Amino acid sequence: MAEKVLMKGNEALAEAAVRAGCKLFFGYPITPQTEVAAYMSKRLPKVEGGVYLQAESEVAAINMVYGASASGARVMTSSSSPGVSLKQEGISYLIGSDLPALIVNIQRGGPGLGGIQPSQADYWQATRAVGHGDGHIIVLAPSTVQEMADLVALAFELGDKYRMPAMILADGLLGQMMEPVVLPDVLDSAALPDKPWALTGHQGQRRHQTINSLHLDAQELENSIIRRFERYETVRLVEQRAECYLTDDADVVVVAYGAASRVVRSAVNHARDEGLKVGLIRPITLWPFPTQAIDLQIEKSQAFLAVEFSMGQMVDDVRLVVNGRRPVSFFAHTGGIVPTPEEVVVAIRRVIAGEQIDIVPFKSKLTGDRA
Amino acid sequence: MSSVSESLKSPVLFERPQALADVLTNYCPGCSHGIIQRLVAEAIDDLEIEGRTVGVCPVGCSVTAYDFYNCDMAQAAHGRAPAVATGMKRAHPENIIFTYQGDGDLASIGMAETVHAATRGENITVFFVNNAIYGMTGGQMAPTSIPGQVTQTSPYGRDVTTAGYPIRVCELLSTLDGTALAQRVTVDCPKNVRIAKKAIKKAFEYQIERRGFSIIEIVATCPTNWGLSPDAAFKWLDENLLPYYPLGVHCDRPAEAAAAAEQGDKDPAKPPVLVDQVAVRTPQQARTDA
Repeated sequence: MAEKVLMKGNEALAEAAVRAGCKLFFGYPITPQTEVAAYMSKRLPKVEGGVYLQAESEVAAINMVYGASASGARVMTSSSSPGVSLKQEGISYLIGSDLPALIVNIQRGGPGLGGIQPSQADYWQATRAVGHGDGHIIVLAPSTVQEMADLVALAFELGDKYRMPAMILADGLLGQMMEPVVLPDVLDSAALPDKPWALTGHQGQRRHQTINSLHLDAQELENSIIRRFERYETVRLVEQRAECYLTDDADVVVVAYGAASRVVRSAVNHARDEGLKVGLIRPITLWPFPTQAIDLQIEKSQAFLAVEFSMGQMVDDVRLVVNGRRPVSFFAHTGGIVPTPEEVVVAIRRVIAGEQIDIVPFKSKLTGDRA
Repeated sequence: MSSVSESLKSPVLFERPQALADVLTNYCPGCSHGIIQRLVAEAIDDLEIEGRTVGVCPVGCSVTAYDFYNCDMAQAAHGRAPAVATGMKRAHPENIIFTYQGDGDLASIGMAETVHAATRGENITVFFVNNAIYGMTGGQMAPTSIPGQVTQTSPYGRDVTTAGYPIRVCELLSTLDGTALAQRVTVDCPKNVRIAKKAIKKAFEYQIERRGFSIIEIVATCPTNWGLSPDAAFKWLDENLLPYYPLGVHCDRPAEAAAAAEQGDKDPAKPPVLVDQVAVRTPQQARTDA
């Protein structure tokens, strides 16, 4: 077995990207993703053909990614919430041009400049509105430093396979924490997929090619979007990923992703110690949302509880799957506040007792629960 | 017999450059884009680089250029062509990358990308078509519209007290050490077309020689949005735009360095920019590596 090393989440992610064959990184400084860029600036110049470039803006960085991806390269950028907002224009163009790329969002609190503490408030942005126009990107949510490393290769693979941008949606907690990690093996460059569509120069060998998202003919545009959405249907069917923890006999299932799922896992363990039958479904793919795992759980459980570091975004997707068949409760903190396992245990007890709760951190509602 | 029939064929005096696609243009009568795009294609042919050339055309009348070339082409977001070209050049340094941008695109929404690509000495070639107006959206004031110029959004003429002054892009970029070549040309007469062609070719040659960032600004017409006939548009260009935008080489660092070297100046003030030139490192960087 490969050696375990102690690494920060951001650095493990960056190293994993290099090992997955990503030789080009374009970024712009922002907390709390700083270590990704810093690591790449040190590492990539030592890699043959490696490029680290600090762009003049997030806008420029994502467009450099667009250029490199259009040329067929495995390429990435990383940022944090306000910076990802700036990248949205470029992400929309990547979607419209069917270009793969890895975009990392180490989320912080928002809106606006927000704060620099961990947050999950960009869920809607990532899964619903990552740029203008009809379109989606693949969104992966790690919950450990190990997964910060492991999901990178998957993001590149899925992106290349479906010609879609892929995002790793983590947060300041996962980016900054250190854990032991087994780094993935270095990918053999021969294993990288062919990209016959790439703009490499025709070299006199083929007809010239164009990468483009402009279709002035409305029918042509509709056709291109429908073709893309047919691909999305395949992704929805075959690429859902979720971890089910103690769900087989669970009366109540908590749904939480990323750093929130770490808190929930502790809470579930505490609750199990009390004899409460509770489990955790942890979405690993946020888009496609793991509807199958939740759907299968409906027969087994009486109620669901979503826990997030936001005012309630992923809970929408849970409610869409459950579709009124079971009550869906909600518990959250936001703005950089990480809930304690004890708070979640209190919420679990109430849901198990048959209550349907909707606990957002309004002061009036909170007082009782925190006391 | 065959030699007789060969000799009866008239020699080809003028033909479509190979790099230019055999498609109908969608440009208006009297628009300079057609001439400029042809000159770019001629230069690609002359240098025999079509197979390794990739063009980037962002938003504006320039966008449809992706249909007009036989080399690989990418469309880019408004103003972002130099960033897209940067990504392409860094991924495939052996390829020849050019952008083809208008004035609103390059000098307004894309000014940051333009300035930073230039100051990085990004080894790309930028063709900047300056017709002092937004063409595709129907004639709004551009960053290069001249004082007093009437447009859809400066209906009383560009008032510099509220709308500010136009930007002289070549002069501005000439102040940056990463700019190898900044030259302004126009295509209003055969003589100037020949000068423009030479400049366009030189810009590609500088990229091939890895000399850094090159920009050729072409002062151009937009008869439709200027509300003038093609003839009158070129006359208006000569009388109004050229005095504000003087033609000529505004910066040619490789030539300056060569001239300095010829005069025995071992330490010219501005060295030629080479992309693979080793950068000076800070002491802290040196410590980190040690």
